[in-house]
Amino acid sequence: MTLAMVVPLLLIVGFLLYKAWPALSIDFVFELPKNGMREGGIWPAFLGTLYLVLISLVIAAPIGVMAAIYLNEYAKENWFTRIINLAVINLAGVPSIVHALFGLGAFVLFAGLGRSVLAASLTLAVMTLPVIIASTKEALSAVPMSFRQASWNMGVSRWQTIRGIVMPNSVSGILTGIILQVSRAAGETAPIMFTGVVFYKAVDKGDLLAYGLLDQCMALAMHLYTISTQVPGVPDAVPFATAVILLGVVLLVNALSIVLRIYIRTHRKW
Amino acid sequence: MTQVSLLKTTGLAILVSGLITVGCGKQGSTVSSEARSSENKKEIQNAGSDTMVNIAQAWAEAYGKANSTVDISVAGGGSGTGIAALINGTTDIANCSRAMKNIEKKKAKNTHGKDPQQYIMGLDALAVYVHKDNPLNEITIEQLGQIYGEDGSITKWSQLGIKPNDGHDEIIRISRQSNSGTYVYFKETVVPKGKEFKLGSLDLHGSKDVVEIIGNTPSAIGYSGMGYATDHVKMLKVSSKQGQVAYTPNIENVVNKTYPISRPLYMYTLGVPTGRVKTYIDWCLSDAGQKIIIDNGFIPAPKN
Amino acid sequence: MLHRSKYKVLSEGIIECLIRVCGISAVVFVFAIFLFVFWQGKGLIFSGEFEFWKFLTTKEWYPASESNPRYGVSALIAGTVSVTVLAMVIAVPFGLGVALFISEFCSPKLKETLKIVIELLAAIPSVVWGFIGLTIMNQLIMKLFGAPIGLTVLNGAIILALMSVPIIVSIGEDALQAVPDSYREAGIGLGVTRWQMVYKVLLPAAKNGLLAAVLLGVGRAIGETMAVLMATGHAVHIPFNAEFPYLHGLDSVRTLTATIAAELGETARDSSHYQVLFIIGILLFTITFVVNLTADLIVKGVKGK
Repeated sequence: MTLAMVVPLLLIVGFLLYKAWPALSIDFVFELPKNGMREGGIWPAFLGTLYLVLISLVIAAPIGVMAAIYLNEYAKENWFTRIINLAVINLAGVPSIVHALFGLGAFVLFAGLGRSVLAASLTLAVMTLPVIIASTKEALSAVPMSFRQASWNMGVSRWQTIRGIVMPNSVSGILTGIILQVSRAAGETAPIMFTGVVFYKAVDKGDLLAYGLLDQCMALAMHLYTISTQVPGVPDAVPFATAVILLGVVLLVNALSIVLRIYIRTHRKW
Repeated sequence: MTQVSLLKTTGLAILVSGLITVGCGKQGSTVSSEARSSENKKEIQNAGSDTMVNIAQAWAEAYGKANSTVDISVAGGGSGTGIAALINGTTDIANCSRAMKNIEKKKAKNTHGKDPQQYIMGLDALAVYVHKDNPLNEITIEQLGQIYGEDGSITKWSQLGIKPNDGHDEIIRISRQSNSGTYVYFKETVVPKGKEFKLGSLDLHGSKDVVEIIGNTPSAIGYSGMGYATDHVKMLKVSSKQGQVAYTPNIENVVNKTYPISRPLYMYTLGVPTGRVKTYIDWCLSDAGQKIIIDNGFIPAPKN
Repeated sequence: MLHRSKYKVLSEGIIECLIRVCGISAVVFVFAIFLFVFWQGKGLIFSGEFEFWKFLTTKEWYPASESNPRYGVSALIAGTVSVTVLAMVIAVPFGLGVALFISEFCSPKLKETLKIVIELLAAIPSVVWGFIGLTIMNQLIMKLFGAPIGLTVLNGAIILALMSVPIIVSIGEDALQAVPDSYREAGIGLGVTRWQMVYKVLLPAAKNGLLAAVLLGVGRAIGETMAVLMATGHAVHIPFNAEFPYLHGLDSVRTLTATIAAELGETARDSSHYQVLFIIGILLFTITFVVNLTADLIVKGVKGK
């Protein structure tokens, strides 16, 4: 039964690679789309995804980590904490299109940001927040209580203990959770479709600073969607190659977090 | 501080300073302009019709090459989206494959005090596509109305006297989503007045989608811009009424108005455009821009 | 008694305040989402045009019509339900099977590898799944089933199943691991076979956790947008009827999520069409909220918290 699941998967990935092969190259990533996006590369989309992911994580990670610190280190076992935990789980289960509606209503319209990189990143941040909270909480709770108690017994304050003992010992677990959300943020289409990503935007080849916070941008996930449904006469290889790059980025990032996790396991001090 | 905390703080500091640089980049800094050409560019926002999205992108690309001080961003979403964006004030130019309705024009006037200005950028024939091996060659507007319209009576290929290759009799209707100008235009031309589209059609996202699916599905029928044809599909000849001549969608029949389902492609701006927007629209209407229209399978704007 | 500078005490107080604020951020956001989505849609609810019962039970979905706008979402609900149900029929046996295998029957090395495979499966972006549905699965279904077109309930269901399996497996495996070893030892002591132990001892003991796993998988399936948008054909059509097999998997349908995604861009802000899409958003939010709440209550019951 398990084989029945793994084998078709390998076949699908293999097929994707096979169809994408003619178009795959390093240039594909750094070139600009040419000839109505039928040739050339995907640089603006790749860059846009990079921006969106970085900015959304810079926003979500601190908030998420601090929320988890609160839940694991400060909160008492009462009904209020129970509600917070419930909210985290529910936030994680909100459909991506509802996040898009929220982003549209709250960031694009209410906050007056208009359709922009910032609005899209904020929407992605709200989306990735709950999982960062959950995984950080787990990493924090893995640190044995005895560590904290030893520190308190020496008169160190609660926050100093957290900063000096708990966090350094759980940093890899925290990072794992954050890295995992990179792939989520890179792969989602619905939340960015209405909050700041467009069909086409001209940028300079290899220009790393092409987008400003209030600009609109392209993104890999959206690019795959438009190129497979709207641009005619595209040689098959191009959308398949875009899919492969997106998939590749996501899987690579995930592999990184898995490696990190194995590293923690083997180097743990307890 | 432990080593790890130091690392984290440094990493965060790098990220934050990177963000600040990025955020301030667009506001104009004293960094040399050869290195960052994007900061001096002006932007034109262009949104709307999916039918036109590929020409719009081709124009943007070509214009960008000829004129590096202007950045044009192109968004699709359908003619309805473009008009909505124009009314909301979030786009400079709305691409539309249908005319703005009076209600929409009034809304724009009420919100911004300016009348929308209309430009005809080219012509498009809405082709009726079937699979290339489908025995059907021509069809009337009335039959299309019966196939696509609410309460229409034609649901099977046998009613048209046809047997598709894959043996399935049920006509699979491929349509577009309601934000599409193509959808609206087809409805107004083909579906009987006061009726809607029959439910149950596959409502696809883009003009290209439609043709792709039909190319793979012998028992499907659909409509899309004639510029989207591929080798796997066939365009039907269309006649206005039973017994009249059926015409193929091509440049000649559109220009002399014998092909019954053709329409102008529009660009709308709020009020008369000035400055770089006007320059851009003029360029698209020039020979260079109109050549791109032909290359993409559409018909140049009538010269008048 | 250690002496601490005023500065240190103050800055620590500020940090702890910040931490508390972040702590309630999740609750704030959940409320905010509901509020903002409701706020954008409320105009239509309170106007004369909208009848809630008609909304839920009629299938005529013509929100953009000028002459006669109708807002019936029953076909869209049928679309969501049909794809989800079929997806669960595929995913639950697979998912629980794999969870059982990982938890009880396989070697630690294989366990690691399988868990990694499952994680990578979960990471695949939904638009890539949609792309696979649009291209590969489309052709496959047409060839294998002789269907006139491959963009159908079945296509969406297979894709959704592949997307939900990782959740079912990971939470299901947790639930099975949570069953104390003493149960297993007692079973072996009584001389039952491996399979008997699974059926008669483990599954009943873990049933709450397994149920929660399935429910969370359902929540994932209901909420998925891009994959079903591209794979189901997006047709307003009810695939259920009285003739066998009751659910026609080879029909094309449209889900609630895909409808919002497809139509939101077009609407002028604050028009009726715009607002009704936000109302669908509220409907979706409520459904997933209830599903997630139920799953959570069941799990809490298991852990005795």
